[in-house]
Amino acid sequence: MNNDLWYALPLVLVASLVYAATRHEQIGPILRHAVRIAVWILGFMGVIFVVLWGVVWLVDH
Amino acid sequence: MPETPDPPAVGPQAHLKDPLVAGVLAWLVPGLGHLYQGRYPKAVLLLVSILGTFLYGLYLGSDKEAGWGRVVYFSFRKNDVRLYYLCQVGIGLSALPALVQADLVGRGKSPIWHALMAPPKLHAGDPPQPDPNNPDDPGQRTCDDVVRSLARFFELGSLYTAIAGLLNVLAIYDACCGPVLPEPAKKQDHEDETEQDESKRKEGPAETPA
Repeated sequence: MNNDLWYALPLVLVASLVYAATRHEQIGPILRHAVRIAVWILGFMGVIFVVLWGVVWLVDH
Repeated sequence: MPETPDPPAVGPQAHLKDPLVAGVLAWLVPGLGHLYQGRYPKAVLLLVSILGTFLYGLYLGSDKEAGWGRVVYFSFRKNDVRLYYLCQVGIGLSALPALVQADLVGRGKSPIWHALMAPPKLHAGDPPQPDPNNPDDPGQRTCDDVVRSLARFFELGSLYTAIAGLLNVLAIYDACCGPVLPEPAKKQDHEDETEQDESKRKEGPAETPA
């Protein structure tokens, strides 16, 4: 599947890791915080995706 | 016996040594400032994640036809203002070859290092021209050539390298000022504030001046 959206995944993970690293000092809390942020960002992107998909579906039908 | 909360493992001001030196080192190479401060796990994490992102972006912005690392270059010429570079330079040493190449090309000389991070020509007729004595020298590519050759990877590579540079700004801040107040300490502050509010409420409403 040739979809450029997949290129966002590594960026989300890296951004989450670095942001979490500025909040904690130990690796454990950094990783836990990074997972929380990544899930939040991906969830947000998912909601936007569904909304846009719905709009496109409404326009097409 | 009341439970005492665990103190944060490392306070915000711990292990920072000279924040200015740490900040400069963190700019030069992601994680180097943390290495200087003895914060080894974080140094490795930042080095791998930030530099990895930058190198992957460079890889995306490279091919045999266009050359290597064509998404990172310094150019503020008319019709080619490269604002991405302002973000990319946050990565430090890794983005500095672009300045050397821009200087060479600006003086009409051929770029070095196989045109790594060299600004493309605006028009085919612009200097430098291909070396007539070297049949393998294809000459400098134009902006159009590079964008056409890399297609969507031109934007993707630019984005990856720019985000890596911006993330390093966070790492520099962390090297200079330490981690933002850890959450357990914040919770403790919040609990203290709530206790103070409750004790005030028990004492009764404050008298209002007539």
